[in-house]
Amino acid sequence: MKRAALLLLLIASGITFAAERFGLGTPASADDIARWDIDIKPDGAGLPPGQGAVSEGVGLYDQLCLACHGENGQDGQYDQLAGAPVPEEFATTFVKRTIGNYWPYASTLFDYVRRSMPQTQPGSLTDDEVYALVAYLLYLNGIVDADAIMNSESLPRVEMPAQSRFYWSDEVAHLR
Amino acid sequence: MINRRSWFKKSAAAIASVPLVNATFAATPSAPLDSTKVLGTPPKEVGTRSGFEKLERLVYAREASSASATPLELLNGIITPSDLHFERHHGGIPTIDPDRYALLIHGLVDRPLKFSLTELKRFPAESRICFIECSGNGGRAVLGRGAPVAEEVTAGQVDGLFSTSEWTGVRLSTLFDAVGVKRKAKWFLAEGQDSAVMSRTIPVEKGFDDAMIVYAQNGEPLRPGQGYPVRLLLPGWEGNAQIKWLRRIDVSDTPFFSREETSKYTDAKTDGRIEMFSFVMAPKSIITSPTFPTVLPGKGWNEIRGLAWTGHGKIAKVEVSTDGGNRWRHAALQAPVLSKGTVRFRIPWQWDGKPALFMSRATDELGNVQLMPGVFADNRGPATFYHNSAIRAWKVDASGRVTFGQNELA
Ligand code: HEC
Repeated sequence: MKRAALLLLLIASGITFAAERFGLGTPASADDIARWDIDIKPDGAGLPPGQGAVSEGVGLYDQLCLACHGENGQDGQYDQLAGAPVPEEFATTFVKRTIGNYWPYASTLFDYVRRSMPQTQPGSLTDDEVYALVAYLLYLNGIVDADAIMNSESLPRVEMPAQSRFYWSDEVAHLR
Repeated sequence: MINRRSWFKKSAAAIASVPLVNATFAATPSAPLDSTKVLGTPPKEVGTRSGFEKLERLVYAREASSASATPLELLNGIITPSDLHFERHHGGIPTIDPDRYALLIHGLVDRPLKFSLTELKRFPAESRICFIECSGNGGRAVLGRGAPVAEEVTAGQVDGLFSTSEWTGVRLSTLFDAVGVKRKAKWFLAEGQDSAVMSRTIPVEKGFDDAMIVYAQNGEPLRPGQGYPVRLLLPGWEGNAQIKWLRRIDVSDTPFFSREETSKYTDAKTDGRIEMFSFVMAPKSIITSPTFPTVLPGKGWNEIRGLAWTGHGKIAKVEVSTDGGNRWRHAALQAPVLSKGTVRFRIPWQWDGKPALFMSRATDELGNVQLMPGVFADNRGPATFYHNSAIRAWKVDASGRVTFGQNELA
C-alpha cells in the first residue's frame, strides 16, 4: 500500500524512475534465448519437433531408467513412476503418488524428463528419446495405448487422470 | 522396498543412525590450566569456531538429491551461520564460474536482457533479513500416518529445513522495469543452473512486491549450497520457489506447471482435491531449548527459548504452554521483530519436577494462528506432508529427560 502510494506521488510530481537510466544489461539475441529456453506449457507451447513411440520407449527405459525407477516404473530406489492405485483412493489412504494418479499435465513429463533425467546424465536425451520415454511412461500408467506415438501434436491432447483434481490456492485465484 | 517417498523415509533412517556428535571433528583441543600465562595464537585470514564447539548440520542422505538441516537447538539469536544454513537440492550443488554467469530475462518483456554478475551488483542494492523454510520442513512431525513420530529427535531434526540470513541483492522490480514487463504478464518462470534445472512459476506481482535477486548472504557472497552466484529471494514464501543458481526468468501470462509445482510441493486434501501454488508459509514457532537431547538438571528455573516466523509479515505474539495446552502465557519477543524475518522468543519456567508437555503457539499480525496438529490436519489427506506448520510439543519426564512430544497431541 505504502509503496503504491509513493509511486503515484513520484509520477504526479513528474519524477519517474525510468529503469533504462541504469544502462545495465545486454540485449539478449534470439539465439541466446533459444539456447536456454526449454520450458513447455500444457498447451504444447515449447514442444520441439520430433516424435517417439511406446515401443521405442521400452528399450530406452530399461537401459537408462530402470536401475533407479524399477521395472515398469515400480518399486525402484527412487520416485515411483507407475502402478499405484487410481486417484479415488488417494484422499483417504496413503497411496504412492505416480504419474497416473498425481500429474495434472503430460507436458510436465516431457519438460521434466528432458531437463533433469536420467539423474546422472541430465540433459543427455534427444527430443525423440524424450517423446518415446514419455509415451512409454504414459502407457505404463494406462493413459495411452501400446501403439501411441508422442509428438508436439499428440502430447498436449493427452488427458491426465488427475488433472481435474488440481486447483489453485486462494493466494493466486485472482490470477486465473 | 523403497517407494517414491524414499527421500523422507531414507532420511528418517539416516537420522536414526547419525550420531549427534560426528566423529569427523578434530579432537577437542587441550586448554592450558591458566590461559593468562600462555601467549595466544596470532590472527588468521579466515576464522574458525572454537575447537570446543561442535556445530554441524544434519545430512539426510549423502546423495545429490538430498538435504541438510540446521541444528536449531545449538544456535542463539536469529541469524543462521552461513555454513549451517539448511540445504535442499534436487540435483546436487553445481559449480558456476561467476565470470561466465548471466541472468536472462525474456518472454513478455519489451527488451529481453542478459545481466552479468557485475551488472547485477551495480544496480541499487538492498539488504533484508529473511527466513527461508523448505516447503517440506516438519514433514517428519506429521501425525496420523499410522505410526507415531520419532521422539528422540532434536529441534533441528524436526524443523531444521529452516534458516535465517541477511540477504543482499537487487529488487526484482528494478530488473522488471529494466526489461519492461508487459501489462498482460502474470507469471514468471524462474529456472536454476543446477543439473535438475529446477524451475518454478511465480506470480509477477510478487516480483513487483518484494522479490529480490540476491548475491550475498550475511555479508559474503552466497554459499554454493545457497545458489552461488545468484538466487531468487521470495520473502515469506516456500523455500523451493526461491530458485538457486538462477539463470533464467521467462515472463508469461500463465503458469508453466513445472514438476515442482504439480507432482511435488502441492497439498492433497481429504476431499481428493490437490492444492497448487500455496506459497506463503503460515505462522509457526518451535521451542529450541530445552529440547532433546537435553536432560534438565533438576526442578527449578529454566528459560524456554524458541523461534517464530510467518510469511504473512510480522509475528504479533508467541504463547507458551507448559501444561499440555491448557494455560498459555505470553513469551517475550526479542527486538527487532522483522517482517518475514525470524523472531526469538523466551519465557521463564519453573519446572516442578513432574512430567510435563510444553509447546509454543505463534500468531501473526494478520491474526493467523498456529494450529494444533489435529485441527491443522483436518482438511489434509494422508499423503500430504508439505507446509506442516502445526504446533510442536516437547515433553519432559520425571528424570528431566526431554524428548519430542508430538505424539501426545495426536
Ligand atoms: C541414477 C538414478 C536415476 C536414473 C538413472 C533416472 N532417474 Fe529419474 N529420478 C531420480 C531421482 C533421485 C528423482 C527425484 C529427484 C528429486 O528429488 O527431485 C527422479 C525423478 C524422476 C521423475 C519425477 C517423478 C515424480 O513423481 O515427480 C521422473 C518422471 C523420472 N525421474 C523419470 C526418469 C526417466 C524417464 C529416466 C530414464 C531416462 C530416469 N528417471 C532415470 C533418479 C534417477
